[in-house]
Amino acid sequence: MISRQDVEHVARLARLALSDADLERMREQLNGILGYIDKLRALDTTGVEPTSHAVPLVNVMRDDATRPCLSPDEALANAPERSGQFFRVPKIIEE
Amino acid sequence: MRTIHELTAAFAKGEASPVGVAEDYLARIGALDDRLGAYLTVTRDDALAAARAAEARYRAKAPLGPLDGAPVALKDVFCTRGVRTTCGSRILERYVPPYDATLVERLKAAGAVILGKTNMDEFAMGSSTEHSAFQLTRNPWDLARVPGGSSGGSAAAVAGGLAAGAFGTDTGGSVRQPAAFCGVVGLKPTYGRISRYGLVAFASSLDHVAPFALDITDTALLLAATAGHDPLDATSVDAPVPDYVAALASGVKGLRVGVPDEYFGAGLDPEIDRAVRAAIDVLRDLGAAIERVSLPTTEYGVATYYVVAPAEASSNLARYDGVKYGLRVPGGKDLIDMVSRTRAAGFGPEVKRRVMLGTYALSAGYYDAYYGQAQKVRTLVRRDFEKAFARVDVLAAPTTPSVAFKHGEKSDPLAMYMNDVYTIPASMTGLPAISVPCGFNGSGLPIGLQLIGRPLDEATLLRVAHAYEQATPWRQRRPELS
Repeated sequence: MISRQDVEHVARLARLALSDADLERMREQLNGILGYIDKLRALDTTGVEPTSHAVPLVNVMRDDATRPCLSPDEALANAPERSGQFFRVPKIIEE
Repeated sequence: MRTIHELTAAFAKGEASPVGVAEDYLARIGALDDRLGAYLTVTRDDALAAARAAEARYRAKAPLGPLDGAPVALKDVFCTRGVRTTCGSRILERYVPPYDATLVERLKAAGAVILGKTNMDEFAMGSSTEHSAFQLTRNPWDLARVPGGSSGGSAAAVAGGLAAGAFGTDTGGSVRQPAAFCGVVGLKPTYGRISRYGLVAFASSLDHVAPFALDITDTALLLAATAGHDPLDATSVDAPVPDYVAALASGVKGLRVGVPDEYFGAGLDPEIDRAVRAAIDVLRDLGAAIERVSLPTTEYGVATYYVVAPAEASSNLARYDGVKYGLRVPGGKDLIDMVSRTRAAGFGPEVKRRVMLGTYALSAGYYDAYYGQAQKVRTLVRRDFEKAFARVDVLAAPTTPSVAFKHGEKSDPLAMYMNDVYTIPASMTGLPAISVPCGFNGSGLPIGLQLIGRPLDEATLLRVAHAYEQATPWRQRRPELS
């Protein structure tokens, strides 16, 4: 069972500012889904190697060469707030 | 309703014009889409410009190939240069990509006429398109019902005659399931067969780019034009792309078709059970050898998927932070507060649920029990298929346990998730799988036959699907919209 404190902790990790009502609904729904997912524990997977990808892939290499890329204006065109050639964010470091 | 190959053959003979056909589709969208809700954005001017260019090529007897002038629709998950790409989400409501996805580049290079961007469940998370932040999409066969999802807009557009073909993405069934619900063909190719570059990511190890079409020949044409290695997608498969259309006519004589017991158990609608078994009888009559097989871990598929996909999604969706693009909710007391308020306002309930679930499954103390265990079960699912494919060439099964349901019918998240029970195993293993129309239930709603093949063996899938399609009348029946 996932507790209200767990839900609040996970919401902080996920950077989601949820209301009290949202947190409570989330707790109920996550418990329903996790209760179902718990059936996985019944399977014996001792010695089974994990699959992270459907197709076996080793490192994919390319030449370390430059190629055309977005101009600063194109890269910044969708920014909610910009300052010259930079993305603008709320102040992070205290003066 | 004409197929792409019929349209382009008519263009080549001068019996139809790409501009005239594009105008017909745009007029039909204008007349019907208020009710259907398939499109989020219609790119009228770009479509007509592309159609005029195609027309000039046909006039010069130099078309680009079998898709030149074909009117197609794209799920709003593919980045289109200069055309808003929302992914069905408020957080990307005003996002205009500065580049084209590889899929879009290849379609344009083949001469396709892109009519617009179609509705979808937000970030492709859902099975009904009801999780779109913008609008409902209706099933052309019954407007009270969902088209399936998450690529419901693309499926409804093709089924309703609002596009001749379309592309969607299939992560847990999001092309095959809406194809089954809307009575069209939907092919999820092998993982990596079509580049994911420029596709807004949901679950990177599970996301597949996938075409919808009215018939198998069109499906083969759409796959052939878009498959193949792309250096911009490190997971794209570097393997030759065969001539899919040429392989269609070979028939099924001598092929071994496996029927997995676990896909016909409790929870399967009896009318679907009957239709799919009748389809398997058709394959037998056509000369295929039918064999029972077992995929014992099938019942763990949904649980495994709902750990792996949310885990990957929670990581992929971390990029929506109100800084680089997308929505920003101003006024937070610091950066973290701004990011947290932006995400709370920009994501809908299902996306939040999955981000929370994935974050939980990856968090300290729970990682091994959930994510680690799910990855091991994923190996067991793969071994099931390897064992089956040692004996048979393709598997035949239902695509979905039920026909299209009504809007609002599945309000419980888990009930919605269970709709993917038969499509998830091929997603988790990256195996090619196709949904082909195989009849209708008593209320006239379409039913899908799912065929699953060996890795990179789309050719055999298409060959079996084509033999079945040619032997049955289903593709003649279309929904009546006026």
